[in-house]
Amino acid sequence: MSKAGILQIAGILVLLLALLVLPNYLKYHHQDFMIFLFINILVVVSYRLMTLTGEWSLIHIVMMGVGAYTSALLSKNLGFPVWVSMPMAGVSAGLMAALLCFPLFRMTQFYFLIGSFAVGEAIRLAWIFFVYPFGGSSGVSSIPPPELLGIDFMEPIPYFYLVLSVVTICLVILYRVENSRFGLTLHAVHWKASLAESVGVNTWKYRSLAFIVASLFVGIAGALKIHYLGNVTPHQFGVGTMVFVLIWVIVGGYNTFFGPILGAIVLSVLDESLRDLEEFRPAIYGVILIAAIMFMPKGLESVPSGIRQWFSQRKSPG
Amino acid sequence: MSLLEVQNVSKHFGGLTALHNVTFSVKAGEIRGLIGPNGAGKSTMFKNIAGFYKPTQGDILFEGRSIAGLAPHDISSLGIVRTFQETTLFQELTVFENTLVGCHLQAETNIFSAVLGLDKGKQKRAREKSMEVMEFMGLIERRDQLAAELPLGSQRTLAIATALASGPKLLLMDEPFAGMNPEETKQMMNLTQKVNDFGVTIVLVEHDMKAVMGLCEYITVLNFGTLLAEGSPTEIREDARVVSAYLGGGHRH
Ligand SMILES: Nc1ncnc2c1ncn2[C@@H]1O[C@H](COP(=O)(O)OP(=O)(O)OP(=O)(O)O)[C@@H](O)[C@H]1O
Ligand SMILES: [Mg+2]
Repeated sequence: MSKAGILQIAGILVLLLALLVLPNYLKYHHQDFMIFLFINILVVVSYRLMTLTGEWSLIHIVMMGVGAYTSALLSKNLGFPVWVSMPMAGVSAGLMAALLCFPLFRMTQFYFLIGSFAVGEAIRLAWIFFVYPFGGSSGVSSIPPPELLGIDFMEPIPYFYLVLSVVTICLVILYRVENSRFGLTLHAVHWKASLAESVGVNTWKYRSLAFIVASLFVGIAGALKIHYLGNVTPHQFGVGTMVFVLIWVIVGGYNTFFGPILGAIVLSVLDESLRDLEEFRPAIYGVILIAAIMFMPKGLESVPSGIRQWFSQRKSPG
Repeated sequence: MSLLEVQNVSKHFGGLTALHNVTFSVKAGEIRGLIGPNGAGKSTMFKNIAGFYKPTQGDILFEGRSIAGLAPHDISSLGIVRTFQETTLFQELTVFENTLVGCHLQAETNIFSAVLGLDKGKQKRAREKSMEVMEFMGLIERRDQLAAELPLGSQRTLAIATALASGPKLLLMDEPFAGMNPEETKQMMNLTQKVNDFGVTIVLVEHDMKAVMGLCEYITVLNFGTLLAEGSPTEIREDARVVSAYLGGGHRH
């Protein structure tokens, strides 16, 4: 293994260790914040897998909801242990995505974006309309937490460790997907679908697979979220939330694996520090988005290398 | 038996007839020239064969089997690969990665083996195949360069290398010499011959008559979407109908 590779792994281990001790030094609501931050990281990273094929959807958050409702209903109504209902959340979101491939991937680009929005809203309406089993507009509440060795998962610290473990495993898998043959093919589909087709790539299949895998992971994220909150409503998965995901991804930069993570972290921290300015949030976000698009079209991820370049240019003029 | 048989193929775009009742066949091992003035329907013919268009009428047989209307990726998995008239590459990927994508048919894995690393052997063979193809096409020194940064000649070579990596039996080349200087054209002609010697049947669409006459034993001429003439280079050069079609049409050279 290369030296850089060892350093990278060492860095990640140190980071994980830091994350293991960190919550013990945080206030209660900051512990909450960390839990939602890690869930959001899984949301943006799985979304990025979808965007690798060049298609941006507005249904990602609704797929999170599909996972959330599945896990809520399985655990509350049918008495499944959360350890079973949570993976089932991923499976059901993946299956739902597989069904939706047929109408959705007849479209591309702008039409796909709008189509995905329409289908997502239809699913959300179904949750509101069918009071049994989805609980209508007020959703499902009193969702049980996971149970293991008497640990109290209502408390933020144990739940944070659970989220940290699940999200880390998911990120490792998603990272491997992106850097595998499969990821290369997704890039190929994005950059030149016709050429990919002509060397044998079934582009429809790869667009669909990216959507299914992204939905699977965001479904798990949905389950993680609602077993902590204890309730699930259709409003948690509205297009407003989706817009936040888009902003995180765009501001962070979607050209690398770590860009969206950076975007989610920086903007969530910012958001947290602006808590008192609640009514200005949309305006602030708007300004940030416009500034990001204007001044760093490649996102926050490009800032370090940009600064390095700027310095080296100053040192050696010409 | 012919490798490729085009039988009475017509292609209409609304009211426009791009191809009308065209029939010809290509033997295994040939380098076939497909020529004609601008707008004659050469690229349209390629797109019909490669599955990008479905013929309005007629049939296309490959190794005796009808392929008209199959999807492009199905046709390429049978062994027909086209290159594009406009240089078409994965601009954002390196030369190596371009050829690696070209190996798709042999290297495709399911997502589970990809994540668990169970496809290591397969991916190793794909990398070896890519190296072989880059070596063969003289691109090995440029392997880590981005496709977008290559000079035109190398870009066209890379397009062919990517096609070749997929292991085609029949290669459809759409104007591979366009925009090249005489030196590059000569190199490309040698490469084309080399690919053919390697066992790949080639259909070549090209406006550079010297190149076509030099490479092909047999030439098919299209004009206004119909088959105008077929024959050896000498016969075609002396065919009065071909000469007048080129004088009347928008011949480039
Ligand atoms: N998708 C399309 N829709 C409508 N008309 C088309 C389409 N593709 C091609 N045509 C028309 O069909 C005719 C044949 O076009 P084609 O591109 O096959 O010509 P060509 O022989 O390849 O010409 P060139 O030498 O200029 O590349 C032209 O009149 C063209 O305008
Ligand atoms: Mg053409």
